[in-house]
Amino acid sequence: MTTSMNVSRRTFMAAAGAAGLILGFRVPLSSGGGAALAGAGQTDEITAWVVVRPDETVVIRIARSEMGQGTLTGLAQLVAEELDCDWARVTTEYPTPGTNLARGKIWKSFATGGSRGIRGSHDYVREGGAAARQMLVTAAANAWGVSPGDCTTAKGVITHGATGRTTTYGKVALAAAKLPVPETVALKDPKDWTIAGQPLKRLDTADKLTGKQIYGTDLKLPGMVNAAIRQYPLFGAKLKSFDASKVMAMPGVKKVVAVGDDAVAVIADKWWQAKTAIDALPIEWDEGPHAKVDSADIAAMVAEGLDAKEAFVANEVGDAEAAIAGSVKQVQATYSYPFQHHATMEPMNATALWTADRCEVWCPTQNGESALDATAEAAGLPADKCDVYKTLLGGGFGRRGAGPVHDYVRQAVLIAKQMPGTPVKLLWTREEDMTHGAYHPVTQCRMTAGLDDKGEITGLRVRISGQSILAGIMPGRLKAGMDPVTFQCLAPKGDHAISYGFPALKVDHAMRNPHLRPGFWRGVNANQNVIYLESFMDELAHVAGQDPLAFRLKYMQDHPKSRAVLQAVADKAGWGTPAPKGVFRGLAHCTAFASYVAACAEVSVTPDGEVKIHRIVAATDPGHAVNPQQIAAQVEGSFVYGLSAMLMGECTVKDGRVEQQNFDTYEVMRIKDMPKVEAEVLPSGGFWGGVGEPTIAVAAPAVLNAIFAATGKRIRDFPLKNAGLRMA
Amino acid sequence: MANINVNGKTVTVEADGATPLLWVLREYLDLTGAKYGCGIAACGACTVHVNGEAVRSCALPLEAVAATDKIVTIEGLSPDGSHPVQKAWLDLDVPQCGYCQTGMIMAAAALLAKNPKPSDADIDAEISNICRCGTYQRVRAGIHQAAGRKA
Repeated sequence: MTTSMNVSRRTFMAAAGAAGLILGFRVPLSSGGGAALAGAGQTDEITAWVVVRPDETVVIRIARSEMGQGTLTGLAQLVAEELDCDWARVTTEYPTPGTNLARGKIWKSFATGGSRGIRGSHDYVREGGAAARQMLVTAAANAWGVSPGDCTTAKGVITHGATGRTTTYGKVALAAAKLPVPETVALKDPKDWTIAGQPLKRLDTADKLTGKQIYGTDLKLPGMVNAAIRQYPLFGAKLKSFDASKVMAMPGVKKVVAVGDDAVAVIADKWWQAKTAIDALPIEWDEGPHAKVDSADIAAMVAEGLDAKEAFVANEVGDAEAAIAGSVKQVQATYSYPFQHHATMEPMNATALWTADRCEVWCPTQNGESALDATAEAAGLPADKCDVYKTLLGGGFGRRGAGPVHDYVRQAVLIAKQMPGTPVKLLWTREEDMTHGAYHPVTQCRMTAGLDDKGEITGLRVRISGQSILAGIMPGRLKAGMDPVTFQCLAPKGDHAISYGFPALKVDHAMRNPHLRPGFWRGVNANQNVIYLESFMDELAHVAGQDPLAFRLKYMQDHPKSRAVLQAVADKAGWGTPAPKGVFRGLAHCTAFASYVAACAEVSVTPDGEVKIHRIVAATDPGHAVNPQQIAAQVEGSFVYGLSAMLMGECTVKDGRVEQQNFDTYEVMRIKDMPKVEAEVLPSGGFWGGVGEPTIAVAAPAVLNAIFAATGKRIRDFPLKNAGLRMA
Repeated sequence: MANINVNGKTVTVEADGATPLLWVLREYLDLTGAKYGCGIAACGACTVHVNGEAVRSCALPLEAVAATDKIVTIEGLSPDGSHPVQKAWLDLDVPQCGYCQTGMIMAAAALLAKNPKPSDADIDAEISNICRCGTYQRVRAGIHQAAGRKA
């Protein structure tokens, strides 16, 4: 496997002349501006997705970004499956967004978020593989003067059954590349898959074990200089002035530059020199309108929305308010969920090379096209004079996703613009990263239900109050002012439909937007919405005196796939049978990112509040499972992400500023906190669900419900550490 | 300027004495396997071995490193990725994004060098590196798999 580092041909030439200054990564000549730009028929490119080399190497093009989630391997499996190539010969490369633009968006979307990497592209990437197979077969059949229909393929070998003649993909690749790409191709029935659907090893592991893998932070271009940045101390603040003279004499310092109107950077030979100088740089800020805002102000602003008259209604069945009012019993609970930071292990960074007629950027991004837009805008050049070379991401989780969260790219270009012709690498410190996030939105939720004399739910009322991601970073996607993303796992239908049917239901959102920039944070609004819903369902079961599993299942008659995953975790965990002494169980489930997921957690709590999560059994029905062992890896990892937030994650605000600056105060789970995760992958076929995010949402409520079972204590405000509980 | 011994070779570095070892490795010696994650020795992405001990190089200034100290980075852990920890990691598909894994591997290798058969409790006590992808379950399995195999 060659992990491609897409340095453009022009830059490569410069680098090649500079005697090995680019260390540790391989520069493919055929990618980026090379074969990918030339297109089919001009090279060994068969289709946009498949290149076959004479040495039988198969290069599969991957448009979506790899950030650890395994999409690169999964997409390659899908293409290779249809291509019938030898998996051992498969390598991958990223086409650049600039090439995509030049070729009429032949690779379609580069967006890698919303657990859509595979479910959003499985059809056309498989068609790309199937079309390439057909062309290779046709090329061989033409050479033999036989009908393509009489030829078969396996592992990159084409066989004409009647005569027993064989040839290989590599031998006919150049001829195949000159054939027209068929417009329609048949795809395999997933039950016939031999590469897709298998628990294959990832393609991108080896270099990650030796230090050879190059991330954005590791990039080194000939003549490159380094930049450290100091950004606005709080959202809304602007740069007033800085005194460059105080640092210009420091070692390595080349230049001190304003970056837009809200940041300043030091450019130096080495990044550590730049960082040392920026720490010493006197800077004055105009703090803007939010300098008196504290967490308590934000909490009060959001709490006010719980009772507000005006709200966006997203899901309404019957008259929930009347049904609840007329019930024998009313139950109400209010929950809250704090800001979270993505905390990717690799801080934000980008490297830019700007000249008056071209700008190139190397960066980790979940969306190459958004990165290209940011590059072009900051460069003051049309997009076709720019390009972006994606590096492997040291974590994404939404921070490097679509839209204006490419601030680090914009800044790198603005800095490079002040050093024309010199590549500049911008790297944020962890402190800059943590205080300039795109935070998981802050919300509160009031749940109200009515129960009849048998303990049956008569109606459920869900009022969410708080921050809208779309309003904060993509206002153009609001629907008549409403943010549909707010209602994940509570929606009437779709990828995030509520997996219950109630006699009456009303879900609405009072939008309250504090000044912190929100963002898509792995799992997005499913995370807290499922905590709200599944905690409250548990509360209702207990008020009704019913078993939490049986109680839930009654309202899931019309949700057979959800029932199946919930029942699966209950069975596997031994729900209804005694747990080990001192251990208690809790359940949760949801439909998220078009997959059906459930979890059963086993937890113990000591009298003085030490929580131990022993085991979580999880089930995922993603429809088609492209790589079951990587799905399991996603489930395991998603629990760390979701539980870190629930147990200890919280960004608080003082004087308008995010208080947490590093991992000493923004704590996350470590290996000692890791429960044993048993991930059941239960593909029922017929649809394509995401797997990177859905299970985050069920980890926390399953644990919370187990904590209630253990202690009788219902925790409704997060993180848990504020409720006097801590990890053992 | 200082002489330091990295991966078996003594090299002269023209860096200020306050420069953390991490940045000496990354910017002066082009050894970028050790990663910057936090700068305050809280995450472990920068872990290297100094005289066999796992050390967080982001908080170790160059001036605190003696010329006789033997520094080993991920690039020097094995000539070809064949250290038992690296082999176990490959076998179990441990890394996700991989950014923390070089530090994680160095921490695991140092643990195994001292304690060839660590218990789960030993692992909990000795491995505190942060992985935001959440690979901990496979990290633990990888350490157990590598345990007892000759480095």
